[in-house]
Amino acid sequence: MDQSKVEKIKSLPQYHQLVKERSGLAWGLSIAMLVVYYGYILLLAFDPAFFTTIVGGEHISIGFPVGVAIIVFAFLLTGYYVRKANADFDELTAQIKKEVE
Amino acid sequence: MTTMTKTLFALMGLLFAPLAFAAGIDMEAPAEKVTNWSAISMFIIFVGATLYITYWAAKRTKSAKDFYAAGGGITGLQNGLAIAGDYMSAASFLGITGMVYLKGYDGLIFAIGFLVGWPIILFLMSERLRNLGKYTFADVAAYRFQQKPIRVLAAFGGIAVVILYLIAQMVGAGKLIELLFGLDFNYAVVLVGVLIIAYVSFGGMLATTWVQIIKAVLLLSGSTFIALAVMYQMGFSFETLFKTAVENRGGDMNILYSGGFVSDPINAISLGIALMFGTAGLPHILMRFFTVPDAKEARKSVFYATGFIGYFYILAFIIGFGAIALVVASEYMDGAKLIGGNNMAAIHLSHVIGGDFFLGFISAVAFATILAVVSGLTLAGASALSHDIYANVINPNATEQQETKIAKIATLVIGGLAILFGIGFKDQNIAFVVALAFTIAASANFPVLIMSMFWSKMTTRGAVIGGWLGLISAVVMVILGPVVWTQILGMGDAIVPYKFPALFTVVIAFVGIWFFSITDKSARAKEDIDGFEAQFIRSQTGIGAEGAANH
Repeated sequence: MDQSKVEKIKSLPQYHQLVKERSGLAWGLSIAMLVVYYGYILLLAFDPAFFTTIVGGEHISIGFPVGVAIIVFAFLLTGYYVRKANADFDELTAQIKKEVE
Repeated sequence: MTTMTKTLFALMGLLFAPLAFAAGIDMEAPAEKVTNWSAISMFIIFVGATLYITYWAAKRTKSAKDFYAAGGGITGLQNGLAIAGDYMSAASFLGITGMVYLKGYDGLIFAIGFLVGWPIILFLMSERLRNLGKYTFADVAAYRFQQKPIRVLAAFGGIAVVILYLIAQMVGAGKLIELLFGLDFNYAVVLVGVLIIAYVSFGGMLATTWVQIIKAVLLLSGSTFIALAVMYQMGFSFETLFKTAVENRGGDMNILYSGGFVSDPINAISLGIALMFGTAGLPHILMRFFTVPDAKEARKSVFYATGFIGYFYILAFIIGFGAIALVVASEYMDGAKLIGGNNMAAIHLSHVIGGDFFLGFISAVAFATILAVVSGLTLAGASALSHDIYANVINPNATEQQETKIAKIATLVIGGLAILFGIGFKDQNIAFVVALAFTIAASANFPVLIMSMFWSKMTTRGAVIGGWLGLISAVVMVILGPVVWTQILGMGDAIVPYKFPALFTVVIAFVGIWFFSITDKSARAKEDIDGFEAQFIRSQTGIGAEGAANH
């Protein structure tokens, strides 16, 4: 990529919007995932008694819905990111490409 | 060492089934080998189908881009299945179900650790990798830097991970096949080696991807069937499933709770870092992002992969509990233990559910899984040799034909090495190799890769010194750790009390990169820093990125 193209892209408001929105979303969701996962690990480490709570019938302990919820949460986060990226980021990228090509 | 840390290590060992196989943990050879004909005939059907795919792919594999990246024409869904396939190795299928069978709830905790790296890879890496790279992750790591030293570092880190992972897979494969099919170990290893050389050298990435997709579909549908059959027998009630399981364990409710798996937070977090960042540094996984046409398909592939892997782990959990509840007949037991060890829980369960025929199907799927994963590893290793070392360091003027030829020779070399190592390490304790593979991937490959994409002030010197520091500290700390120092060398208490020292080695790599970059005042450093802007713009927009081949 030559310098004139770099300068041109840098001058586009769409480019700054793309970088700002994508970085914000990507780091925000990454932090959400890390907080949930390490929160779970720390809860297991420091309050194992919490996981002996029975939440359904006589044998369904709270760990099962929590564990499945983390897996589903991870999947939903990826789904949310992909939806947002497909809708907004690709549109912005297309506008940037149109401006410079 | 406390009992709790011992339990933790035992659990880690179980999960990484190849090392469990190799270490002989809960994995005795059966008294006499029974040739399982339904498994063998189903396996032959699978091999026939994959060889036909290889033939089909070979006709379409003409250019270097076809060989390394399947022409860049794989869709997001296909790539998602292939990534999930790479991740759902026989180790994870048999290991996680076996761990749930042994420990109950703790198996689920481990599975979650394997999954949570994927969203992070999506958010921070997948699109950027696709926009910047061509064939290997070194293309991205070396993008704006002096090519040779970074390529050598990345190829070294990549090949080290591939070889270590291959040893674990091959030894695990030989033992598994010996058990399931009654085939001789050496014969099984040679068979795997010859087949993967054929897939990779003739069919390249296209054949490797389709073998992986077929296997992923077989594994997912087989697991779904087992889990549904378990739930059907339990009247689709988790209460009944858990109740029956607890009754079979003499009323021990502890399988429903966490059994002290994370009693040592430092170990748990270090393991979490190794799994999470190690995954983001595995060359055969990173390579898959170059097989899709654009960033959009790259991110879709991680979305699908996360879904398939998460779904698979939930199934593995049901299967593990199903095995506790249903695998009770004396024909499966050797005293109080399962015949063949805990890692055979899913295999025995498949026999309970579907008799000899279904046992044969699941055994064939397990073998197919090994073939597919080993193919992906071999291709990644061959690419590092031919693309990074040959075409970028030894002979930068190489034509595409020369490079592809070297890639095929490299496939033969890596495949041959896999056979030799598989046989050579047969009776060795190879438990350390998986720890080492993940720790190197997390401490050498990942820091250089992620910093090259995100940190504008990184220089060639910083990347090279930091990367090598990460690699060397990973090797040293694994050697001084409990597996090699205490178990293999018998030197007494480990100097480094962590099986996965990633918490420290990853930090060493990052600090090394940071320090040797900011103190670098050379002319090259200025060039490296000046190059960031154009690289960043390409990583964000995909302008100038490799397109798909049109044919």
